[in-house]
Amino acid sequence: MDMSLYPHAIAMSAAEYMSWSTAMIDGLLSSGMKRTVDKVTGPIWAWAMKNSIHPLHFGLACCALEMAAASNTKYDAERLGMIYRSSPRQTDVLIINGWISKKVRPDIRRLYEQMPSPKWVVAMGECAISGGPWYDSYNIVQGTDQIVPVDIYIPGCPVKPDAMIDGFLLLQKKIEKYFARGVFMED
Amino acid sequence: MTSKMWVTMGPQHPFSHGLWTLKVKIDGEVISDAIPIIGYLHRGWEKECENRTYPQIIPMADRLCYSASMTWSHVYVNTVEEALDIEVPERAQYLRVVADEICRIQSHLMWLAAMGTDLGNLTVFLWSLREREMFLDLFVKLCGQRLTTNYPRIGGVRNDMPYLFERDCMRVVELFEKRLWDIIALMDDSAIFLSRMQGVSKISRKEAANMGLTGPAMRGCGVDFDVRRDDPYEVYDLMDFEVPVHKDGDAYARYAVRIEEMFQSCEIIRQAMAGMPDGPVRVKAPRNVPEGTHFARIEDPRGEAMMHLISDGTDKPYRLKVRSPIFVNVSGAKRMVVGTRMADVPAIMGTIDMCLGETDR
Amino acid sequence: MSGDDFYEAPTVEQVIDLMGSRFGGDVTVRGSKARRVFLSAGRERIYEICEYIQDVLNFEHASSLTGVDWESHMQVVYHLSNYYNGVMIEINVDIPLDDLRVDSVTPIWEGANWHEREIYELFGIVFDNHPELERLLTPCDYDFFPFRKSYKLRRAE
Repeated sequence: MDMSLYPHAIAMSAAEYMSWSTAMIDGLLSSGMKRTVDKVTGPIWAWAMKNSIHPLHFGLACCALEMAAASNTKYDAERLGMIYRSSPRQTDVLIINGWISKKVRPDIRRLYEQMPSPKWVVAMGECAISGGPWYDSYNIVQGTDQIVPVDIYIPGCPVKPDAMIDGFLLLQKKIEKYFARGVFMED
Repeated sequence: MTSKMWVTMGPQHPFSHGLWTLKVKIDGEVISDAIPIIGYLHRGWEKECENRTYPQIIPMADRLCYSASMTWSHVYVNTVEEALDIEVPERAQYLRVVADEICRIQSHLMWLAAMGTDLGNLTVFLWSLREREMFLDLFVKLCGQRLTTNYPRIGGVRNDMPYLFERDCMRVVELFEKRLWDIIALMDDSAIFLSRMQGVSKISRKEAANMGLTGPAMRGCGVDFDVRRDDPYEVYDLMDFEVPVHKDGDAYARYAVRIEEMFQSCEIIRQAMAGMPDGPVRVKAPRNVPEGTHFARIEDPRGEAMMHLISDGTDKPYRLKVRSPIFVNVSGAKRMVVGTRMADVPAIMGTIDMCLGETDR
Repeated sequence: MSGDDFYEAPTVEQVIDLMGSRFGGDVTVRGSKARRVFLSAGRERIYEICEYIQDVLNFEHASSLTGVDWESHMQVVYHLSNYYNGVMIEINVDIPLDDLRVDSVTPIWEGANWHEREIYELFGIVFDNHPELERLLTPCDYDFFPFRKSYKLRRAE
């Protein structure tokens, strides 16, 4: 069936539709359309995502109190667009803010896998970076990057809310670079 | 027809105040069974202490209950001083009392913020945290850190009050006493808050005593016991303050006790600042602690905190046991939650004021 | 206990006298201080002793239970307190290594429930008549007792 003659036609079999759409997409990709689309829409995605970082309501230990303090009137993380979401399906960022015990390790992996991409992980505090003061414990994982890939490390024990906001500004830069390299038609 | 099912209010939960799980068996909306599961933050704190010297444990003790860290390093230092049998200078005792009460107020304000968020009252979250920032600024001036202060030392405190600290402290206390009335009005004048808290989860005095509840949760059930008044430490026997006790035993009583405690803490800070003598703030303590077993307890914002030390003559402890108030309070979660509705669970567990770092250790 | 009197707020001296006269050789007094009594007891009669302390001496609150590994034997330390005059009793109970069992005091003070579970999980001491003696803090696939002196941490020399 020649689709160029019938642009308004919607009745076709599944096999015909698959072959038609694959042909169209291959054409677009090979012609350099991808780069054009990336250049146009990349900055828009970047602007949208970096100004509305939605972290997960996940408080582990001491740094979680400072994370909560970063949302108060003195530090106000919400001006960066940070609104905490309760369900991992609706979040962009997983903030690990405390020591990770072996009991909670499968839960963190599961939460990470439940988040839709693009997603980022922020390791906040010494315990999340490398195990912290509990380096010789029998029950502590020595760092978040043993479980999930980490994008931003924020040192501190506990992390001052200013430092946390500074870390998120760095995350914003990273998000911009991620979209600038081109994400059209990629997962 | 309602079916019975188990719902997991799991480790990742916006209103669970920490990393723990509460499995509830619900029949429609009413809870018929509950199993608390803790241990997500267990690090073997007590075992790690056996590998560290006595001064190295002070910052570790801060991270037991991170919301009220000054009181935990205080009880640890008290235990070691009992073992060494040294006399702490009076000025250091007054400074510890002031720092303890500031810690109590900021811990209760954090509790109030979390409690308000659970019940949907987000204004309380912002207003309480704004007041809390004032007290954290006081901590920064005194100890250099907002949260895990690392201020007491074996034999005293780390440093004396900085220049004009007394003036700042008095200003903050007076301003806070006025502003606390505004925050209370947000909750007490709200019919929704009262209907969600009054009459919910009543515990009788006998049950509270047998369950091992301590702290404001116990005083809201009618047990009149406060370590500061009945088993005084530091200079609390020179302070004149009241201990609020409510006989109702419901969630509202446990909330009201904490609010009144904040006012009493302001009073204690005032008296301590007025009566502070001059003198040194620290004495040198020996490195090795003689053999023996010793314990000390204080009134943590959450209850009775105790540490039990068994020393063997070296510079590292043989066994250091932590008695955490929340560990025992959470074990009574089943008794508190059964019979109420699912929507009451955040309110009830909020009145216990959980801090999981000290539970799991 | 029906023949004994009831003491609402016994002092340190009263506690020492009453315990000595009631239990004789099973309870030894290690020392005392202001508002503190230090005792040692045998593990056969610990349940009776605790019942007496709660019913007659009115110590309604079990502050904590501690496990200690002395390598030649193990020990459970009970801390009991009352609400009226701030007195605390500390009782040491020795347990031989070849028979790590002791009676649970959970039927007397419900507050001791999780403390005993924790001692079981970290030391391996079994409490008879405990309602649910299971793992509490560590993951369920651990098969060692971490707080025993025979288990060494990573850095320990």
